[in-house]
Amino acid sequence: MMPQAQLQTVGASAPAVPEQPCAGGEACELRVDGLRKSFGKNRAVLQGVSFAVHRREAVALIGSNGAGKSTALRCALRLVEPDAGSLTLFDEDITSAKARRLRHIRAEVGFVFQKHNLVPRVSALTNVIHGNLGRAGGIRGWSQAFAPSHLRERAMACLERVGLADQARKRADQLSGGQSQRVAIARALMQDPKMIVADEPVASLDPVAGQEVMDLFHQLTREEGITLLFTSHNVQQALDYSDRVLALKQGAIVLDQRSANLSAADLGKHYG
Amino acid sequence: MPGRLERPGALQFTAYVALAAFVLWSFQGAGWSFSALVSGGPAMADFLSRAWPPSLERLPQLSKALVETFQMALAGTIIGIIVSLPLAVLAARGLTRQTPISRVFYTSSRLLIALFRTVPDLVWALVFVISVGLGPFAGTLAIAVDTIGFCGRFFAESMEDVEKGPSEALTAAGAGKFDTIFCAVVPAAMPSFITTSLFALEKATRSSVVLGLVGAGGIGIELKVAMDFFDYQLAMTIILMIFVLVLLVERLGTIARGRILEGSSR
Repeated sequence: MMPQAQLQTVGASAPAVPEQPCAGGEACELRVDGLRKSFGKNRAVLQGVSFAVHRREAVALIGSNGAGKSTALRCALRLVEPDAGSLTLFDEDITSAKARRLRHIRAEVGFVFQKHNLVPRVSALTNVIHGNLGRAGGIRGWSQAFAPSHLRERAMACLERVGLADQARKRADQLSGGQSQRVAIARALMQDPKMIVADEPVASLDPVAGQEVMDLFHQLTREEGITLLFTSHNVQQALDYSDRVLALKQGAIVLDQRSANLSAADLGKHYG
Repeated sequence: MPGRLERPGALQFTAYVALAAFVLWSFQGAGWSFSALVSGGPAMADFLSRAWPPSLERLPQLSKALVETFQMALAGTIIGIIVSLPLAVLAARGLTRQTPISRVFYTSSRLLIALFRTVPDLVWALVFVISVGLGPFAGTLAIAVDTIGFCGRFFAESMEDVEKGPSEALTAAGAGKFDTIFCAVVPAAMPSFITTSLFALEKATRSSVVLGLVGAGGIGIELKVAMDFFDYQLAMTIILMIFVLVLLVERLGTIARGRILEGSSR
């Protein structure tokens, strides 16, 4: 167990925010500075969140229910508009980027959701092809039936990558939980992303399926050099699959530490 | 032990009394009469005895008119469904971007759908008989407008009710609004679209019979002429033919709903 003194843990009132998160020559994929978000008058979810994710790094964001993890991820891509703060993605300030520019930048980030968010009633293959809509919209990207051959082949390769090529024609709502999440990852891969953001990707899966999905993320970060930012309730999983752990508590980052220097017990303190 | 019924407050009691008075007043205004109902019994029996057996004399002509009635219903419904889809997209809350222009489109499309829905199809038929003349085309247009009012509302509501997750996923992947609507919202709302469309066809089939009464094509005009000339046997034939047609469309609709909703993926 790590000595308490070694933890970069600070109180919610004074969050541990590196001044220049990506300083020191390290390439930075995502930088969030002073992010604030409230829902209504009395629900301040994020109160000045700052963190950075370096290129090819796997970062786990932990925190108890309601800590603001999902909101932080959504704000980082402006799926939810933040009240204040600045966002830099792939060295570009997206804080006030126009809709069209934002779409182009989002196309380079694969977002994997807790509930998978596949389109029901359409095939796994069509769902994967939808991953290309950020790069080329229009009717040919709406369904596998209209898609050009090169797009279908690429989508099949993505399904192959997640081990589900044989399920290509199966309807999304007829897949198991684990298969459904892997199709969601294939959809993200279809974007040819520089970075994958995953919001509690295994929370709705059984332990075996969850392990498979996390192993898949691990392969993607290690073998293909994709940057990964994921949230998790499972502290052991957060440690095992990340290079660095961030802890969010009461709307602020209270821990930013390399996973190798942490134990599950250290992280457990940030719950409750 | 709590009482079985709660004693209503003074305001609640007054409301109950007012409601009862309102219902009684409506029955009075509607000319409700038990004596007329009882005395009308023999007249009804007389009609039925004079209408039976149905006359099969003009069966070929009536069959042609019945087919025309269904053709009007089908064509009008298809046109109505096609037009109502884009209107419903504009009229669905939260589907398009929140800009002043989109708000204008939202309000206008809602008003248009409400206008098409609230004005009865018979009135639309009268309007189209004046504008395009007597015949099935006027009826088809009336059915199309009525279908837009019906489907436009329910399509919009079903799109508002779909789960937001898939749309969010495509937005996160950089997809535009148009792509998101047609890739995430429309497929999710498809079961509701199919159900609504088949109900619209059933409704249109019933309507197309009545539209003939004002000269908008179909078998309705045959029924009116038969009744006007007291040819009750012919009228009975027409009524039975309408009954079979509507029943057939409803049955086929039920079967199609089941088959399509279980259907294969895209």
